[in-house]
Amino acid sequence: MSHSLRVNPITCEAHGMCAELLPERITLDEWGYPVIDDVPLPPALLDHARRAAQACPTFALLVERERG
Amino acid sequence: MTGSQPLTIEAPPIVQSHAAPALPRLLAGIPAHGAMHLDEHLAIHGQAPLARGRARGRRGASTLIDQLDRSGLRGRGGAGFPTATKMRAVATARRRAIVVANAAEGEPASLKDRTLLETLPHLVLDGGILAAQAVGADELIVCVCESAGASVDSVARAIKERLPTPDGSPRLHLTTVPEHYVAGQESALVNYLNGGPATPTFTPPMPFEQGVRRRPTLINNAETLAHIALIARQGSQWFRQLGTPTQPGSALVTLSGPVAHPGVYEIEHGASLSSLIDAAGGTTARPRAALLGGYAGTWIGGEFLYGLALSEEHLAPHGASLGAGVVLLLSEDACPVAETTRVAHWLAGQSTGQCGPCVNGLDALATTVQEIAAGAAQAKATQRIDRLASLVRRRGACGHPDGAVNFILSALDVFATDFADHARHGRCDGCMRPAELPLPATPLTAAPTDRRSASEPVSIR
Amino acid sequence: MTTPSLAAAGPSIYWYLTRSTGAVALLLLTFAIALGVVDVRRWSTPRWPRFLVDSLHRNVSLLAMVFLMLHILTSVLDSFAPISPLDAFIPFAGSYRPFWLGLGAVSFDLLLAVTFTSLLRQRMGYASWRAIHWLTYASWPIALLHGFGTGSDVKSTWLLALSIACLAVVLAAVLARTLAGWPENLSRRSAALGGAGIFSLFLLVWLPSGPLGSEWARRSGTPSSLLPHAHGTTTSSGSHR
Repeated sequence: MSHSLRVNPITCEAHGMCAELLPERITLDEWGYPVIDDVPLPPALLDHARRAAQACPTFALLVERERG
Repeated sequence: MTGSQPLTIEAPPIVQSHAAPALPRLLAGIPAHGAMHLDEHLAIHGQAPLARGRARGRRGASTLIDQLDRSGLRGRGGAGFPTATKMRAVATARRRAIVVANAAEGEPASLKDRTLLETLPHLVLDGGILAAQAVGADELIVCVCESAGASVDSVARAIKERLPTPDGSPRLHLTTVPEHYVAGQESALVNYLNGGPATPTFTPPMPFEQGVRRRPTLINNAETLAHIALIARQGSQWFRQLGTPTQPGSALVTLSGPVAHPGVYEIEHGASLSSLIDAAGGTTARPRAALLGGYAGTWIGGEFLYGLALSEEHLAPHGASLGAGVVLLLSEDACPVAETTRVAHWLAGQSTGQCGPCVNGLDALATTVQEIAAGAAQAKATQRIDRLASLVRRRGACGHPDGAVNFILSALDVFATDFADHARHGRCDGCMRPAELPLPATPLTAAPTDRRSASEPVSIR
Repeated sequence: MTTPSLAAAGPSIYWYLTRSTGAVALLLLTFAIALGVVDVRRWSTPRWPRFLVDSLHRNVSLLAMVFLMLHILTSVLDSFAPISPLDAFIPFAGSYRPFWLGLGAVSFDLLLAVTFTSLLRQRMGYASWRAIHWLTYASWPIALLHGFGTGSDVKSTWLLALSIACLAVVLAAVLARTLAGWPENLSRRSAALGGAGIFSLFLLVWLPSGPLGSEWARRSGTPSSLLPHAHGTTTSSGSHR
């Protein structure tokens, strides 16, 4: 079962902690908003991804299970 | 029909103009003034096959969804989603559903929905009631743009004509929605009906799962419901007698620009643009280009217009689609660069401000386009636009930024020489002309914005 | 009821612990507010990334709560002053300096709300969490007043200096926050700045004649039996509010 990252663009306020904690998959655009690399998350990055999601002050970063 | 053959695409197989004997269908008997009353509507179209009482529940009404499936009807709000699929999703949900007739019509260049409601409200109400019974909904909410006063009045009167509603028939409600580009987006409409601002929300859950009052909500464009009203009476085969195999039936389009009689016309899918223009009394000035689909749509250069057929399969090679049935001609005298700049700024202003990439990206795009138009562009302005376009796509909660990007990029493509001229020499004479592309004249009602634009992160080195 | 001989024996270990944990709690709360403003202003450097500031803010706040609870525990255990566990939560009902102790309870209650909502942040809406979080701005000055009002060694230089330093830090934090345009409403922002200014002025005026003045212990509501000169007299001096 693979996981993927998604950002709720409405809740996101460009705090930028996600990019610090998961630079492998998240970079910030010129306005500070996260650009997610669409590649599915390998198990090795899952813990880091979850930590990044918990660090987000607005819970905008979501770690979701891929359907099917 | 005259005109040269197009350079790159073959002549389409269907060249029937809208004056074909099978048309008009929706617009049949359209009154010269005011709205068609209930008795006249019934005289022309006959009774709708509505369920009598509660005995005929979902089982009897499932034939409507099958009919729509066979007819191949797709949504007329711009997305073109298969109507039967949408209805099935709502019908199979557990909770009792609600149906919303969407005539928010925030696209400035589209008038078909408000015209339909103003002149033929019973067609839309029929379709809404039929759809409600097919999905087991007990309520139909008609949403009309608040600036379309005549349409609002017309629907109100039409609802009154149908009172009291018979047993087993859904309750009928009318609501006005703010005049805003994004207000008709499905999640925005649901948000508004739930008491919030008319701004899109993060999905999932989708409206068909959890919409108005958390109930499964079927949202259909007003014109889609009008088609349902006729298909229920005449059948799916009848519907398919017009149009193309992949895009059957007729459709309403709003034709505007340098034609003698701009307005709402009913065409069959695949009809040629020339026949539509002829029906509108011909052009009053040479068209420079046509914008299809509205301000989220695509430009097609003048050299391709004659012989262009209005159906997905013929527009797709141009990267275009009819969208919500919008055909905007731009005259030769207009300055496409100035027009694009105006619209780009307007689109940026229509952002609800909820998503950073949209607010910032569309603003930056409009500014860059303006710089090119004024001849003050930085070096590599086009590269900046490409970068901004890739930064903005699919990073908002709704399709607005994607549409704006599409519009701007297609303008830069089709009017490449004009943009290059402006970049080198600045404004042209055409820039001073009055605007051709329509935008709402009045300033918006308090923009249904949610949160402010991005705050700048401060870095201390 | 204590006897004069006990009172003359000197403060217990709990008294020292109460005072010190209270001072540390104030220090940590000050630090937490400062970090909170740094966090929300999004200041960061490559060596102090955003997630670090945010984690530090959360951890310092939790540590402050730990010291706060120790402070309350030791004050209850201290047999000198009649403070019951309830006094930590229910303000103004105690018998020892009820008003000034009560302020501590108020401050603690506010911080409890902030702490619980922050721990359960994922289950509540962001807007509600944020609104409750702003209670920290109210909790801090109340805590400071509590410290000045209840402390029996308030006149000691180091404690005074520490308190003033903490006040300076919090004032700087409030300034940094409001100058960034929050609260958005201009009149509310002016009110916030004005309130901070008025509070500081109030302290300037009140401290010398209040806790730093004479007979503060009696004036603040210490039960007369605990006052140094209370034994042997039959005056009607009792606990005040």
